[in-house]
Amino acid sequence: MTTMTYEQAMEDFDPVFGIEVHVELNTKTKMFCGCANEFGAEPNTQVCPVCLGLPGAMPVTNEKAVESAIRLGLALGCSIRESSRFARKNYFYPDLAKDYQISQYDEPTCYEGSLDVVLDDGTVVTIGIERAHMEEDAGKNTHVGGTGGIQGADYSLVDYNRGGVPLVEIVTKPITGMGARTAEVARAYVATIRDIVRALGISDGRMEQGSVRADVNLSLRPKAVAGESQDDVPFGKRSETKNVNSLRAIERAVHFEAARQAMLLLSGEHVVQETRHWHEDTSSTTPGRSKEEAEDYRYFPEPDLLPVEPSREWVEELRSTIPEHPAKMRARLREEWGFSDLEMRDVVAADALVLIAATVQAGTSAQAARKWWMGELSRVANDREVALIELPVTPDAVAELQGLIDEGRINDKLARQALEGVLAGEGSPAEVVASRGLEVVSDDSALEKAVDDALAAQPDVLAKIQDGKVQAAGAIVGAVMKATRGQADAGRVREIILQRAGVEG
Amino acid sequence: MSETTIDWTRATAARMADALAAGEVTSVELVQAHLDRIAAVDGPVHAFLHIDAEGALETARAVDADRAAGVELPRLAGVPIGIKDVLVTKGLPTTAGSRILEGWIPPYDATVTRRVREARMPILGKTNMDEFAMGSSTEHSGYGPTRNPWDLDRIPGGSGGGSAAALAAFEAPLTIGSDTGGSIRQPASVTATVGVKPTYGGVSRFGAIALASSLDQLGPCGRTVLDTALLHEVMGGHDEMDATSLDEPVPAVVEAALEGARQDLTGVKIGVVRELSGADGGYQAGVTQRFEESLERLRGMGAEIVEVSCPSFEYALAAYYVILPSEASSNLAKFDSVRFGLRVEKATVEKTMLATRAEGFGDEVKRRIILGTYALSAGYYDAYYGSAQKVRTLVQRDFDAAFAQCDVLVSPTTPTTPFKIGERIDDPLAMYLNDIATIPANLAGIPGMSLPSGVAPEDGLPVGFQILAPAHEDARLYRIGAALEASLTAEWGGPLSAQAPELEVAE
Repeated sequence: MTTMTYEQAMEDFDPVFGIEVHVELNTKTKMFCGCANEFGAEPNTQVCPVCLGLPGAMPVTNEKAVESAIRLGLALGCSIRESSRFARKNYFYPDLAKDYQISQYDEPTCYEGSLDVVLDDGTVVTIGIERAHMEEDAGKNTHVGGTGGIQGADYSLVDYNRGGVPLVEIVTKPITGMGARTAEVARAYVATIRDIVRALGISDGRMEQGSVRADVNLSLRPKAVAGESQDDVPFGKRSETKNVNSLRAIERAVHFEAARQAMLLLSGEHVVQETRHWHEDTSSTTPGRSKEEAEDYRYFPEPDLLPVEPSREWVEELRSTIPEHPAKMRARLREEWGFSDLEMRDVVAADALVLIAATVQAGTSAQAARKWWMGELSRVANDREVALIELPVTPDAVAELQGLIDEGRINDKLARQALEGVLAGEGSPAEVVASRGLEVVSDDSALEKAVDDALAAQPDVLAKIQDGKVQAAGAIVGAVMKATRGQADAGRVREIILQRAGVEG
Repeated sequence: MSETTIDWTRATAARMADALAAGEVTSVELVQAHLDRIAAVDGPVHAFLHIDAEGALETARAVDADRAAGVELPRLAGVPIGIKDVLVTKGLPTTAGSRILEGWIPPYDATVTRRVREARMPILGKTNMDEFAMGSSTEHSGYGPTRNPWDLDRIPGGSGGGSAAALAAFEAPLTIGSDTGGSIRQPASVTATVGVKPTYGGVSRFGAIALASSLDQLGPCGRTVLDTALLHEVMGGHDEMDATSLDEPVPAVVEAALEGARQDLTGVKIGVVRELSGADGGYQAGVTQRFEESLERLRGMGAEIVEVSCPSFEYALAAYYVILPSEASSNLAKFDSVRFGLRVEKATVEKTMLATRAEGFGDEVKRRIILGTYALSAGYYDAYYGSAQKVRTLVQRDFDAAFAQCDVLVSPTTPTTPFKIGERIDDPLAMYLNDIATIPANLAGIPGMSLPSGVAPEDGLPVGFQILAPAHEDARLYRIGAALEASLTAEWGGPLSAQAPELEVAE
């Protein structure tokens, strides 16, 4: 056998997997200092003695980050430890300013939770959560020359802006018994975490910017033989695939690793316990450092920080701020909005749920909100190759635009032109309508003249209408719209036609 | 300006402050007198690593101008000070006594540095220390040893030998020290000066280059108990930049020192810690003799003396030499050539880090990094670090039990008077034993003071008297210390520091 598919691998093996998700919190400041926590600034402009690890500097815990971590833990059904400690994880690397990372080790703040994940066909899978702990991010290395790695580079640059950004790492318990649905479950789990952090408002949840990152641990064990319980079959050696940063990649990484490990096992070789790097371009993994020669991080309690000791009252207060589970919220909204399953799935896949909800909140009907976000705006986002949320238009603006239509001040065609103006930064929909002169012609005398002209040009149509075939009026409406370059209120035009024809509408 | 007839370098800080307030002397005159003294004697003493003459004079001029203009000034405004090189000082070189930081100019001030500046005290310069505060003799400085002004062949203690020697040589009236296992108190003891390690968290550590974060504490050093108290109040107090800083007011130590000077200790119970008293032998005879005489004086002032036992102290030194290197191995990891300090350029970043650390760190630092790295390693953690933390808890309990029986505990500060430079440099264990009486206070986080109790008859060298108080009760140190000091100086006719042999003055 030279190649193997995921499906083939699943015939002989039962995968066991676990996922570590790192969530970058969107606090204003970093985990242990007052520097701004913002993506995309000039290198080394958001730094201070603390996050640069200068001699003498000391960390102070960001209370807001603790609050976010506890809320996330509560949303994941975790218990919140009354007293938890930070620890130092010691290793040398240029992007790690102090050459140790402040993390939580033996006393994570959030532990023992569980999360329901809903698959596309409605199947609910419960994932056990081992822990959710706080830590600080490292800076970012850029290796110039050589192969792009630190070894052999001509030189390396370090940007410490990301150093000290608050993270919560969520670790699952080993997940078993998913069989061929393993990849789907892995993907759905990460998607659910992403939805939860967004719903909590503690992270922007942007996987493409690395604000949600996943490591996928996977091992295979032989399928149980007849009469044997699968639970009695010991776990195999696992690989840990680092930095899998899109939902699609999660699925692909599971596919690749399962097939790779199955190949090895079927050909009598064994799987090496190691970290592996994910390559987006080839959808494959390559070995990183082997766990057998893994570093000893020499963890010990961080003596510069006091334990995290949230009061019970505070935890309960935070518990009351936890939004409903995204899957439950989707089911509820689907019901409220009257969307079909397919419509809802498309909305979720397009990351439009929150945007539509906000648009509805601003007073627009669900169908109209869906029409804008899934139609015109999705097309624009697609053309611009950006996410919907990155478009320079807010749900409030969309609601305003729809409001103008509902008031009859513009029609659909003009609304698209107004939207174009909004996306071009010309102002709010009302401002664009005003500045571009898009308002429909509602001056009856102008419309009456246009109708009269059109009727005169098509006397046969007038006769049909008068014969009771009122649908024939459509042709006149079309002619009037053309003559007014679309700026007429079609409903009003129709009324005038019927009046002129002497028929009641 | 008036013609100066008094040698102001011999005055106490309190006297200088009063004279400044009375217009008897200017800050510029005080600073200049000390700069002249430094120029005259610091060649052989080598208490300073860096002198900031211009900066100190500039502060002095501004203080003098403000005083002339009637601006209200802090008590110690215009009184010069020396700062241990462990504290970062914006714009002034800071090395912590290590070659690995040679030439580094910090871009920020430690909280204590800031408080000193806010107190308008001219900073004379940075004082010498054992590299990263690892040592009891200042022989481990990357920039050469400091010598004891009482005998230039002897050590001035460590790690804060520079801060203590500067006081003993009259190069500064006040200095700042840091005490991880005795680095303020032991140098004070062997130079006949006063040094206080406050309660852990009583003084912000922000900007103090960390040795062992759970043990380190900055503190004031002076030639008298009152001077030390005045500086303590400048340094202390809550700081939001240090998460371990106590959120409570600075103890009223100046008031306590003034009260103690009245020499009435009626109702005070003083405990002699059997395990630290030298009763089991091993202490120099003159040290024990001066200690016992001091006890008699305290009793004479109305104090009741009781003996207490702290059996766990036997393990304190061993636990300390696990905890300290463990924390230090992590704290010193940042000296990796990437962002600041020495860089020994090699082909790869890994080799550069290795070469930089090999060249920049001295032997004692390497010894402790290796020890700590080993103690924290997987499979050894519980046996070493875990056990040491348990000992730490036992030491704390011993103190709790002892303080249930008395108000303060006392002992000789060190087992011997200062030894000769080079005598113990190749015997780390003998060196470590110096701190046997000072280390328990750091493990428990309680405050301690060392003050002079005389010279040993056999060698004429200073002997220190240590007072320990429960956490947050720093004021008790000052009350008892000031009482003993008042009694002793009355007999000596002035502070013991005045009895130090005259140093040869350079042209």
